Amino acid sequence: MNIFDMIGPVMVGPSSSHTAGALKIASVAAHILGSTPQRAKIHLYGSFSGTYIGHGTDKAVAAGLMGFSCDDERIKTSLVIAAQNGYEYIFVPVLEDGDHPNTLKLDIWDAQDKKVSITGESTGGGSINICDYNSIKVSFTTKSHTLVIPHKDTPGAIASVTGILAKQHINIGSMNVYRTQKGSGAAMIIETDQLVCNELINELKLLPDLYDVIFISAE
Amino acid sequence: MIKYDSLKEIVKRARSEHCTISKIVLTDQAIFLERNEEDIFAEMKKTLRVMKESISRGIKNQDLSISGLSGMNTSLYESYIKSGKSICGSILSKVILYSLAVSEQNACMGRIVASPTAGSCGVLPAVITALAEEHDICEENQIMALFTAGAVGMVIATLASVSGARSGCQAECGSAAAMASAACTELFSGSPAMVENACALALKNMLGLVCDPVAGLVEVPCVKRNAVSASIAISSADMALSGIQSVIPADEVILAMRSIGDLLPSSLKETSKAGLAVTPSGRSIAEKFLNDHALRP
Repeated sequence: MNIFDMIGPVMVGPSSSHTAGALKIASVAAHILGSTPQRAKIHLYGSFSGTYIGHGTDKAVAAGLMGFSCDDERIKTSLVIAAQNGYEYIFVPVLEDGDHPNTLKLDIWDAQDKKVSITGESTGGGSINICDYNSIKVSFTTKSHTLVIPHKDTPGAIASVTGILAKQHINIGSMNVYRTQKGSGAAMIIETDQLVCNELINELKLLPDLYDVIFISAE
Repeated sequence: MIKYDSLKEIVKRARSEHCTISKIVLTDQAIFLERNEEDIFAEMKKTLRVMKESISRGIKNQDLSISGLSGMNTSLYESYIKSGKSICGSILSKVILYSLAVSEQNACMGRIVASPTAGSCGVLPAVITALAEEHDICEENQIMALFTAGAVGMVIATLASVSGARSGCQAECGSAAAMASAACTELFSGSPAMVENACALALKNMLGLVCDPVAGLVEVPCVKRNAVSASIAISSADMALSGIQSVIPADEVILAMRSIGDLLPSSLKETSKAGLAVTPSGRSIAEKFLNDHALRP
């Protein structure tokens, strides 16, 4: 925690969890997709489902998908901007009983119809936790620099990545490996102390057992 | 490095170093964030300017919020002040006007500074700006006062919480009032001990306040609670500057706030399941809102 967590962030209202947090989840999803989604289907759970229109959660999500930051005043008109660009963003509130954290499930597609699915929770004060990536249960917050690496569940995949990071003096703060089941889809989530440059990302992408390498810089 | 787990410790340090709380916090944060003091000061200056912009935009604003529950109060109050009939006098009426303006900007999706949260964003900018205008306080001192306010916020967040979902409105508007009261006391050259007392007095008067928003929106009662919280911040600072002490020290008041928050049922912590949210009027607004937006299955 630092002084600007208390006197800040600068943001478009009305709610750090329902507006700023929702925007951040959407922007992580779009960043992982690699371009502005042409289509998106967004399921809203928890108190998002009943209050999303009043809190502008739909506008915040559209803004996040288009890469706006949480203090961008275009958030207020983001649905219009999305429509003008021909983007199809559909919102589906899921009204269920019981206590859910404020959760968004986003299915997004790029111009080539590549799909990414992300589920994220808005945990309060604009903080988020990404808890599902393409049906792999994960957990990361983007408070630190984060590498998201989907990979083949095979010996050596992890060592090849950490080897390259070590050689480039990138210190790993934390690292978790997730998979759906043995031998199937897996993902490494690596938090680093240093920025990972494009050159290094491209070097990692050449490794045989990795499907993609996405770097998300810290908030 | 300061641990921000005791206001008393921060006050002690400011006293022993013969300087203001804001100065030791600025120095500490520069070390913590590994940036130089000028850089941090410049970022805070930008933040203060966003606060001022949110006030002026809020005063000019003609829009209603999406729900239609907010957006009309600032101009009503401004016309009233201009008519010369306000019973509050120039400073307090300005504080009320400015906090309404910022809170309504927030409700209408304008840009604000969460301080400490978006729901309580109207308190600190209103108090600092109204006092600065009425007493010709320079921008540098206003910026430094934000460091004092931030330090109080960090102590509250460390010892308790600034989240309505965790501890109710006392943690949001209550913390904002304590922060603003501290800032205001330093702006008027109050000693570090007076800052501590102002913080304690403000928070004591917000204890027990629940978070019970109508239809789950950051509007009713939040907008007007911001205005009244700002008034409490000013009166608490005024008492502290006169030498009045809080019998219960600030750190203990913060811990009391935490334990009261823990005792509050979840129905009164941002879930809209009790309090104002379930009054006949509150319910009917929520029903209408859900129906208007076809959110009912």
